[in-house]
Amino acid sequence: MTRDHLRILLPIFSLGLLLAGVFYLQPRAMSYFGLNLLFNLAVPVALATIAQMMILMVNDIDLSIGTFVSFCACVTATFVQSDPVVGYAMLLGAIAVYAAMGAIIHARGLPAIVVTLGMSFFWSGMAILILPSPGGSAPAWLHAMMKAKPPFVPVAIIAPVVIGLIMHYFVKRSSLGVLLRGVGGNSQAIDRSGWSVLGLKATAYGIAGLFGVLSGMALVGLTTSADANIALRYTLLSIAGVILGGGEFTGGRVSPIGAVIGAMTLTLAASFLSFLHLSSDWQIGAQGAILILVLAVRLVFTRREALA
Amino acid sequence: MTVENNVQNAPQNGVKALFGLVSRKAWIWAYLAAAATFIAAMMAGSGGGAEAGSLLYAAFTFASFTVIVGIGQMFVVTLGPGNVDLSIPATMTLAGTVALKFMASDGALVVPGLLIAIGVGLGCGLFNFGLILLMRIPPIIASLASSFLFQSVAIWSNRGLRIKPPEGLADFATGGTLGIPNAALVALGVSVLAWIVLERAIIGRWILASGQNKRAARLGGVPVTAVHFGVYVGCAVLAGFTGFLLASFSGGANLNMGTEYMLMSIAVVVIGGSSIAGGNSNVPGIWAAALFMFLLVSMLNSYGLGAGVRLILTGLIIVSVVVLASKKRGRV
Repeated sequence: MTRDHLRILLPIFSLGLLLAGVFYLQPRAMSYFGLNLLFNLAVPVALATIAQMMILMVNDIDLSIGTFVSFCACVTATFVQSDPVVGYAMLLGAIAVYAAMGAIIHARGLPAIVVTLGMSFFWSGMAILILPSPGGSAPAWLHAMMKAKPPFVPVAIIAPVVIGLIMHYFVKRSSLGVLLRGVGGNSQAIDRSGWSVLGLKATAYGIAGLFGVLSGMALVGLTTSADANIALRYTLLSIAGVILGGGEFTGGRVSPIGAVIGAMTLTLAASFLSFLHLSSDWQIGAQGAILILVLAVRLVFTRREALA
Repeated sequence: MTVENNVQNAPQNGVKALFGLVSRKAWIWAYLAAAATFIAAMMAGSGGGAEAGSLLYAAFTFASFTVIVGIGQMFVVTLGPGNVDLSIPATMTLAGTVALKFMASDGALVVPGLLIAIGVGLGCGLFNFGLILLMRIPPIIASLASSFLFQSVAIWSNRGLRIKPPEGLADFATGGTLGIPNAALVALGVSVLAWIVLERAIIGRWILASGQNKRAARLGGVPVTAVHFGVYVGCAVLAGFTGFLLASFSGGANLNMGTEYMLMSIAVVVIGGSSIAGGNSNVPGIWAAALFMFLLVSMLNSYGLGAGVRLILTGLIIVSVVVLASKKRGRV
């Protein structure tokens, strides 16, 4: 457990440092309203990051999550709003497609990177079909939920904490979570002890699909409209978030809490730049730089860990 | 699996030989697919030799950019699982913008401009490799992070300006020689070079060996680190060069000119029959896959389908090609 704790310390520390920087530059951000503004766009990113984490956990990678979230956002802003039954059926169908994708990838021994790449065309085509031009509107309840103002702590803080804790208990404590991590760690061992790796992979992908759907819905709840390219950046952000949060590409070593913190760090990085009055040209660059920086620091930690 | 056994056992000698060839040369499938899409695209059009010619001409022109970056990506992928360069689009954009800004439409500065584009590629490659080797960041995330940085530098240096390439250069990039697009000739040159490196030079053996088993290769005396260095830097140089060529072709660099090449470069490697798990690559397949990808889009276009349907079909076809190819290649 101590290794896991160490692993999570670095993401927490980097988020804290960044937050301190923001507060130093703009003390007024240190308020209910300020925090909400800083982090509310982190909620959909965090959900997408969890989705990516589920895929990385079983040693695959999902290059389609950005277009998938865009697709879900489009469905939410159109069908779910106007025709709930059809809308939810479509979203459920999308989750089923995700699970099927996981099953096919495993059954055929396909490279996930290519299949998801192909699927990213598929989702973006679907999104354009549903919403050819930006528009739509958020279902009232969703908008109300994302814009709710609970006492003391804003939604933008509560939501990530809840997501992180739930997934922590699922991934680290539940038996299904252990099996899924086992698929990433040693799928042969899981197979030989009588579990269906096919089923487990499908489950992992299905859960990823579910979080993709949630991410799309949360995004529409915030922006109140959608377009077919709304979340394209999420593919890269989600991978970066998982890694930033202490996850690894292989071996089923992931941390849900870390992933959520990673997503928050990346969102905050963009705001930090604007508080520094740096040109917005460097916003993407800053996310890259922070990623490199954190990984560099992690290298120091892991070396020490290896020595100890 | 049973299907595969039947296929291998049942046929008679001639057919058997053919199947043997096809299963050994996975890239033949990609050529068949490209030919099929070409025929399908022609069937949708009004027909005529002139149309076929112009479609082929366009296909070879656009495929050549994909081929050059695809070859770079192929070498990277050959290095084994986890090796993918996601910074290709950003490197292309950066090299294109910087080179065009330097040339400032002055025909006398073409050669220095080209050198600058290649230099930018070199710099990007060194940066990538530095992250991978010195900081031990997994290649996917390293190239991802550096692509953010490159993209930012490109935005900063470009500032939305669209500088025209020097006239002679633009004419060269868009023109053709003896009915063959110049871009395709350049890509062909790069391909031949890449083929020689991969198939006939010791470096190619080293690259394949490192991809098949890094540890075994190292113990066998292959300078694995140097191989990785060469491959990553080479890939970035090719990306920089493509950025230069593409910017000259399309009348100026813009900030999202590389975007589609991220998916494209990976897709052509895999559809072309190289193993995504590394250690088994081929150059001819890259051409087939690049032609296939372009013809696929133009076929769907010529059937008058909307952007949405086109994307959906593109996605489904890519996935089916991969599924089908995996069956044939399962044993190799």
